[in-house]
Amino acid sequence: MGNPKAFLEIHRQEAGYRPIHDRIHDFGEVEQTLSTRERKLQASRCMDCGVPFCHWACPLGNKAPEWNDALYKGDWELAYHLLTSTNPFPEFTGRICPALCEKACVLSRFNHEPTTNREDERAIIEAAFREGYIQPHTQIERNGKKVAVIGAGPAGLAAANDLNLMGYQVTVFEKNEAAGGLLRYGIPNFKLNKAIIDRRIRLLEAEGIEFKYNSTVSSDAISSQFSSQFDAVILASGTPTARDLKAPGRELKGVHFALELLSQQNRVLAGMEFSKDERVTAKGKDVLVIGGGDTGSDCIGTAHRQGCKSVTQIEIMPKPVEGPEDPQNPWPNWPRTLKTTSSHEEGCTRRWNINTLEFLGENGKLTGVKVQEIDWKPNPEGGRPIMVEKGKPEIIKAELVLLAMGFLKPEHPEYPDNVFVCGDSLSGASLVVRAMASGRQTAQKVDEFLKR
Amino acid sequence: MSYLCTRNVSNNSNNMTNCKQKGLYQCDYEHDACGVGMVVNIHGGKSHDLVDNALKVLENMEHRGAETRDKTGDGAGIMLQIPHEFILLQGIPVPEKGKYGTGLVFLPKDEKAQQEILSVMIEEIEREGLQLMHLRAVPTNPEVLGAAAREVEPDIKQIFVTYPNSLTPDPSPRGEGSDYLHSNVSELDRKLYIIRKRIENRVEALAKASAPLSPWRGAGGEAFYICSLSTKNIIYKGMLTSGQLRRYFPDLSNDYFTSGLALVHSRFSTNTFPKWKLAQPFRLLAHNGEINTIRGNRGWMKARESVLSSEALGDIKDLCPIVQEDMSDSASLDNVFEFLMLSGLSLPQAMAILVPESFNDKNPISEDLKAFYEYHSILMEPWDGPAALLFSDGRYAGGMLDRNGLRPSRYTITKQGMMVVASEVGVMDFEPGDVVSKGRLQPGKILLIDTQEGKIYYDGEIKEQLAKAHPYREWLNENRVQLEKLKSGRHIENSVSNFEQKLVTFGFGQEDIDKTIVPMATAGQEPVAAMGNDTPLAVISDRPQVLFNYFRQQFAQVTNPAIDPIREELVMSLTEYIGAVGTNILTPDASNCKMVRLPQPVLTNTQLDILCNIRYKGFNTKKLSIFFEISKGEEGLRQALDDLCHQAEVSVDEGVNYIILSDRDIDETHAAIPSLLAVSAVHHYLISVGKRVQTALIVESGEIREVMHAALLLGYGASALCPYMTFAILDDLVKKHKIQEEYATAEKNYIKAVDKGLKKIMSKMGISTIRSYRGAKIFESIGLSEDLLRRYFGTEVSTIGGVGLKEIARDAIRLHEQATEQTMLQNQGQFAWRKDGIKHAWNPETIAQLQLATRQGNYEKFKAWAKIVDEKESPIFIRDFFKFKKAAKPTPIDEVEPVESIVKHFVTGAMSFGALSIEAHEALALAMNKLGARSNTGEGGEDNARYHTEVDGVSLSSKTKQIASGRFGVTAEYLVNAEEIQIKVAQGAKPGEGGQLPGFKVNEIIAKTRNAIPGISLISPPPHHDIYSIEDLAQLIFDLKNINPTAAVSVKLVAESGVGTIAAGVAKAKADLIVISGAEGGTGASPASSMRFAGISPEIGLAETQQTLVMNGLRNQVRLQTDGQLKTAKDVIIMAMLGADEFSFGTLPLIVLGCVMMRKCNTNTCPMGVATQNPELRKHFEGRAEYVVNFFTFLAEQVREYLSEMGVKSLKEIIGRTELIEVDTTNATDKQKTIDFARLLHKPETDKSLYWDRGAFTKVTGVKDEEIIRAAEKAINDGEEVTLDYAIKNTDRAVATMLSGVIAKKYGEAGLPDNTINIKFKGSAGQSFGAFAVHGLNLKLEGECNDYFGKGLSGGRISILPPARSGEDFHAEENIIAGNTGLYGATSGELYINGKVGERFGVRNSGAIAVIEGAGDHCCEYMTGGRVVVLGKTGRNFAAGMSGGVAYVYDPDHSFDYFCNMDMVELGLIEDSVSRKELLELIRQHYLHTGSALAGRMLDDWQRYVVDFIQVVPIEYKRVLQEEQNRKLQEKIANIQRDY
Repeated sequence: MGNPKAFLEIHRQEAGYRPIHDRIHDFGEVEQTLSTRERKLQASRCMDCGVPFCHWACPLGNKAPEWNDALYKGDWELAYHLLTSTNPFPEFTGRICPALCEKACVLSRFNHEPTTNREDERAIIEAAFREGYIQPHTQIERNGKKVAVIGAGPAGLAAANDLNLMGYQVTVFEKNEAAGGLLRYGIPNFKLNKAIIDRRIRLLEAEGIEFKYNSTVSSDAISSQFSSQFDAVILASGTPTARDLKAPGRELKGVHFALELLSQQNRVLAGMEFSKDERVTAKGKDVLVIGGGDTGSDCIGTAHRQGCKSVTQIEIMPKPVEGPEDPQNPWPNWPRTLKTTSSHEEGCTRRWNINTLEFLGENGKLTGVKVQEIDWKPNPEGGRPIMVEKGKPEIIKAELVLLAMGFLKPEHPEYPDNVFVCGDSLSGASLVVRAMASGRQTAQKVDEFLKR
Repeated sequence: MSYLCTRNVSNNSNNMTNCKQKGLYQCDYEHDACGVGMVVNIHGGKSHDLVDNALKVLENMEHRGAETRDKTGDGAGIMLQIPHEFILLQGIPVPEKGKYGTGLVFLPKDEKAQQEILSVMIEEIEREGLQLMHLRAVPTNPEVLGAAAREVEPDIKQIFVTYPNSLTPDPSPRGEGSDYLHSNVSELDRKLYIIRKRIENRVEALAKASAPLSPWRGAGGEAFYICSLSTKNIIYKGMLTSGQLRRYFPDLSNDYFTSGLALVHSRFSTNTFPKWKLAQPFRLLAHNGEINTIRGNRGWMKARESVLSSEALGDIKDLCPIVQEDMSDSASLDNVFEFLMLSGLSLPQAMAILVPESFNDKNPISEDLKAFYEYHSILMEPWDGPAALLFSDGRYAGGMLDRNGLRPSRYTITKQGMMVVASEVGVMDFEPGDVVSKGRLQPGKILLIDTQEGKIYYDGEIKEQLAKAHPYREWLNENRVQLEKLKSGRHIENSVSNFEQKLVTFGFGQEDIDKTIVPMATAGQEPVAAMGNDTPLAVISDRPQVLFNYFRQQFAQVTNPAIDPIREELVMSLTEYIGAVGTNILTPDASNCKMVRLPQPVLTNTQLDILCNIRYKGFNTKKLSIFFEISKGEEGLRQALDDLCHQAEVSVDEGVNYIILSDRDIDETHAAIPSLLAVSAVHHYLISVGKRVQTALIVESGEIREVMHAALLLGYGASALCPYMTFAILDDLVKKHKIQEEYATAEKNYIKAVDKGLKKIMSKMGISTIRSYRGAKIFESIGLSEDLLRRYFGTEVSTIGGVGLKEIARDAIRLHEQATEQTMLQNQGQFAWRKDGIKHAWNPETIAQLQLATRQGNYEKFKAWAKIVDEKESPIFIRDFFKFKKAAKPTPIDEVEPVESIVKHFVTGAMSFGALSIEAHEALALAMNKLGARSNTGEGGEDNARYHTEVDGVSLSSKTKQIASGRFGVTAEYLVNAEEIQIKVAQGAKPGEGGQLPGFKVNEIIAKTRNAIPGISLISPPPHHDIYSIEDLAQLIFDLKNINPTAAVSVKLVAESGVGTIAAGVAKAKADLIVISGAEGGTGASPASSMRFAGISPEIGLAETQQTLVMNGLRNQVRLQTDGQLKTAKDVIIMAMLGADEFSFGTLPLIVLGCVMMRKCNTNTCPMGVATQNPELRKHFEGRAEYVVNFFTFLAEQVREYLSEMGVKSLKEIIGRTELIEVDTTNATDKQKTIDFARLLHKPETDKSLYWDRGAFTKVTGVKDEEIIRAAEKAINDGEEVTLDYAIKNTDRAVATMLSGVIAKKYGEAGLPDNTINIKFKGSAGQSFGAFAVHGLNLKLEGECNDYFGKGLSGGRISILPPARSGEDFHAEENIIAGNTGLYGATSGELYINGKVGERFGVRNSGAIAVIEGAGDHCCEYMTGGRVVVLGKTGRNFAAGMSGGVAYVYDPDHSFDYFCNMDMVELGLIEDSVSRKELLELIRQHYLHTGSALAGRMLDDWQRYVVDFIQVVPIEYKRVLQEEQNRKLQEKIANIQRDY
């Protein structure tokens, strides 16, 4: 620990976002960076706890105390090695991880000024790329065994990376035209520049992983030819099905799943072209986002950048508690508190306890949505609370509705022994960091399986 | 006959043997301490009066011995000159004086056995050409014996051995005349010695060979003992109390039984299985204290036997073992002392060799004498330990103290030529006018009386003669090589090949570098850690272990004191000599010093290279590789060890001076043999073939990194070591600029840190020199198999069994394999938890869930938490293998003892306010008081406002008040406000060590409670300076029971093997409660290695204590409390079954109050406000007393549920019931399966109680204070002035203490107005005179007093002066009038002494004023406040560790600076008027209260005297005073400016 008293003297400093008036006109990353000096000061705040709750809370088990110390001492290379000893792709988590570690930080417990682990991570890995610490491992001793990874999202990539470094011949099958999964097709560029993904994929390719794009693999194929052609198969295909809202008027033009907007926008930015008909855009529209989570928030930011007239976000559940603490999930657990993202800051009406009754339209085109304020009453039999009507039905004017209500957990048939399911595909939609952790654990399992 | 302990017995029906086989108790653990005395007629005149007087002396020290309730004493005895006339009067026709030998012999009562022994005796006597002339049945009175003593009473015969009539006796012995430097041993004496040794050996062999149930067993081998066999002196002794000796042996009362000298001894043994033969005196000496180094001394004597032949004794093969087996430390010392004497050494020479004084730079002795000591140190390691030794060969009589002077010994010489030397003064009455002088034995100094010539020889003269006997200085200069002076031009590389891989192979983790090596290399000391060790034992852990991890340091507690290696460095030495010892070491010769002297045991690569290449003067060396073939596994390791031992033996035969064991050459196919295993195997093998002392062992190993590793290697026989991987790490760190040091500096710092650490580890055991430490094996292993220990470690017993070569080989191979797999050095999670690291009992889940459950008051959540803790994925503690047996029929829950009653078994741990924030400390007190349980102040005192403050009707006062070695805030008022007074002998996290509260942590409120000044560092000494042995502890307990007769007194010990025996002694010292603290216990700050490597698991310590107390029949008299990472109800139930009545929780309540185990307590940055004094951080404190109440209530509730499941109704019913424990090893790993719980779970067969069933405390009665309190009633009640007068004896101990308690209870800190109670005493006051005396008491003692006077003085005034009727030639200022350790821990008051005092005066004084006229060593040590004026000479080490207060010393010959320890103080003349005035006033007061002639002279001619005074001011204190002055000045200036 560099400076045992730093946490008393130095406050948490986030790099913060570019000013709204500046960032709202482009899809460049909104987050800024601190100077090296400031970054080191932030790292010095880590107290090197006897029981590091950050390390515990992180699904990957990142050793924040160790790399923060190295960072504080200016040993970027060591920090990089320590960081990547648990985290294969810090450039992703360093940008988009909600940082469970920071909420579990002991500093978060009493003054809610945890260390800036996520930003530190990003700083370390970017420095590592910049300084050339990262070079492809080309001297990998091959063990002659082949593994197929289906899905090039964070889980699949993490699994593929680990197995490749262990000496397996890894082939990644991806249904889309490029790798990254939701990193590429879900998260807007203003949060994660896609060049970051490309950089990583180039590295993985250089290290010997083979990527096969535009290859959809059915579950039958997995069970039959894949499981026999490969020594092991990892299924990391995520949660492709979004939760739908079966309300009257669902078929109206202008009602879209969030990902339709988000993935298309990312593809546009990547240079793909879409016909006017195909194009989902918020330009000049009143936009309603249904669903109060992160995807919904991404829709808001995207809508702003597309030039919407207004954005409203509604959520069926009650408004989360405000402020840093959540009595239901006390420290060191993740607090389910009201979260205001960079997109929210850019302008948005947010409402809670709103149930969607009907999509209204004219000429097959959406004009508004009929909603009603509701209330939740405790269920006398336990379980999910009971919804009761509260206010009168009202209409929210909207030409574009984005459904951001989560994804359905996929069902899997019974696969042969050498098929391993991992990531969201295994446990339902969750965080990138969890997917990566699951990928790494699965790689470990595969290795043990194949060594048996 | 049930309490004898026999060695090597396989199968026997008697209890003790059983216990040895099955339980944890071992007779090796016994300790004793005692009172000694000597009465000599200097002119040799014999009289029966002298015998009678000596017996009276003994009887007056009754309180120093111990007895059990059945009146069995631990042993008492007397050594006298052979009463020639008395013998003739018995009708025994002995030849003339000196021409026959006689002595008492203990024989078995069984006639057949006795006959067998007698025929052996006769055979051996005749073999030497002598005859057994007469056998006298010694008359005894068995009816005076206690029951236990009578049960094992031997038949006592006196034998008379003479030359056959036909032979003429040999010429008179040499040494007629006054030449005490020559042997005083006659040919006949030598023959008698040889005869005795042979008889002992043969009888021992007979006993061993006999059938298990023959009379030999119980009564034979044990009952046979030759008390003495000499031509000059005779010893009467037995398993007696002091008072019984005279009555048991009617001989002693016979008027014709005369002697010119007498030596007496009464024994206090730590258990109740004392033996007849262990009573003292032994053949030549009586010893008060304990030999700390005994294990090493015995081992080295054994090893040395092969080179000890002497001209005088010839071949000694028949006489071996020189050290008799199964005897006490004192007996062993006596054996060697006797051997040296008979080999031709003189008494003082033998003594000086065995118990040398310290001769490093800080000791004012001549260079010649230093050379004498250095020469002899090559031959013999010091027998170190608290020792007051009185010895006599019948003509010369003498006394000597060990280098530390830790036992009191005072003497008085009269006009009539009588001299009395004893542990106490006042043991014999003298007319004051007859006294010529009064003195004390001084540390390391000898006193000798020649009764034939009627002369007294003092140390200076004796030692000068010894030093000049041979040209030792020349011999050393010419032969001894000093390593640090050798240079070679060779360049030695510090880096190693395959560095990263080798790190893994040798078990390094990243933390070893970051948290151990870097701090050592940069700061020059071991790192400090906090919060205790909650990781698995090596044998339980699933990770590969380096062998070092299986060992734990042992440490001194109660029976001998630890040393402060920093403040008392003058006695420490790390100097070591290596080389081959010749076969003729007893003959003084230059060739004996052909050795290499090493300044310290850690060698650099360069030094090792030099050693390997010294070619001149015939030195040669050999390097043996310590590795084994990986492919051969266990077998390979075994083979490699055998080969290694063999090669070592061959090397010795080749005359190699030292052998280097090296693992530098390991490679892909060879793994290193653990260096400790290698060195220990070779060491023990060489001993077994009689070739050990001929060579020295040096270890060059990559494993070594921590101080503990170095200590272990030395402790198991290495003389020096080279940690080359650590040096390679330093090299790497320097090259990569990870530390801002040059290599040479880093290396120097690292070695300095190891040196410091080694001194600390040695001093924990009270050992001062590395030479007595080497090979002494002051460790115990946990989790190594008995087979392994016996074969390679020279240890017979393993507490819990464990791994053998198979697992050791496997671990070494695993590490070797990991080396090829790992890319980056792992952080193993030793100091901070890691997901993939070493398991910790406190981890994020257990911490967070506990906080949640107790904060929300949710019992279900509590249970969920308990489930995680109890069913952890892999075991951490020994108890994790245990379950309790459920009853077929549970008890209905409402019939089980209620929660309110169960919570009374719980206490919170001792955590000082100072370590904790006031918020946390008070929350604990409130919670425990609310529950009716007890919280503990910890060692820092308590704000007295809290005694009478209540919050919502609940008191803020901690019920348990702790007193520790620093005595911080221990005042009369503090003690009377306790329900329990806890004497902290040791602390789990750092047993045997002191502590330091750095000045920056001492704020206003802490300073107030500790009677200190803000900003001044406060040092706690390692030992209590009033507990150097068990009888001292008894005295302290007695003191505390006087000051507060309604408090229970508890003694906190730390688990180690042998703690049970110590606990038995503590119980006999009349403690009410004994705490067995587990080594895992928490701490605010401890050296990291102590936290992990000192002490053992509470399960083992508790079980041993329970077993020993039950066997002794003492268990029902004391409560047993335990601690050490206790958490759940299951822990409580299991520890109860192992024997605990009470359970202490330290870390856990802190976690309930918000602690998240930052482990940063030592940095004052606790972010949760729990363990910090920083006001900003304290604001973060979120704990509440209710949470703690919730916890203990839940805990008790769950205990109830378990009790119900067990089918019992109360906790009591399961205490000590180990048969209810079920061992569960279903999921155990291979390693864990090697653990053997049988000893731990052994339940002694007994009908005696298994648990405490008495009242909470025992009262003292029959003390003088009862009378004084009655007489002072008016003063106490109404504040009326009273004046009283009493005679006082040395048996009147702690006088005025109970009175002070009564006053403090009534009037608090203020006490009574000045001079309300004036008491004058005449005579010799017993120990602890005026202890804790409060304000308003004015005590005047006319006479003298013993140790601990004015201890804890709390405002009272004590004046001590010689009797008014002293003779004219008696000069008060030249005589010792008061004993050792006066004014210890005094907080306020005044003390005036017209005379000199003993050692360690004013230690830890924090506010009292004292004027004395001379002092011994260590005066004003650790003082933090008050004033001490010394009007005469002081001993060495004045003001060591003194951080506050001022001392004035009269120094007319300007030599004081040599005697002062200048580390923390500055000396100056008395220049400013304030100091002058102060000093003058102090001396004036002294004159007023004592009428001191010296003070009178000074006052008369003040201007002349004042210039010779030196003022001693601590540097820190000066700074604080200056700051205070500056502040006042600033204020003044501000005021002036305002007025403008």
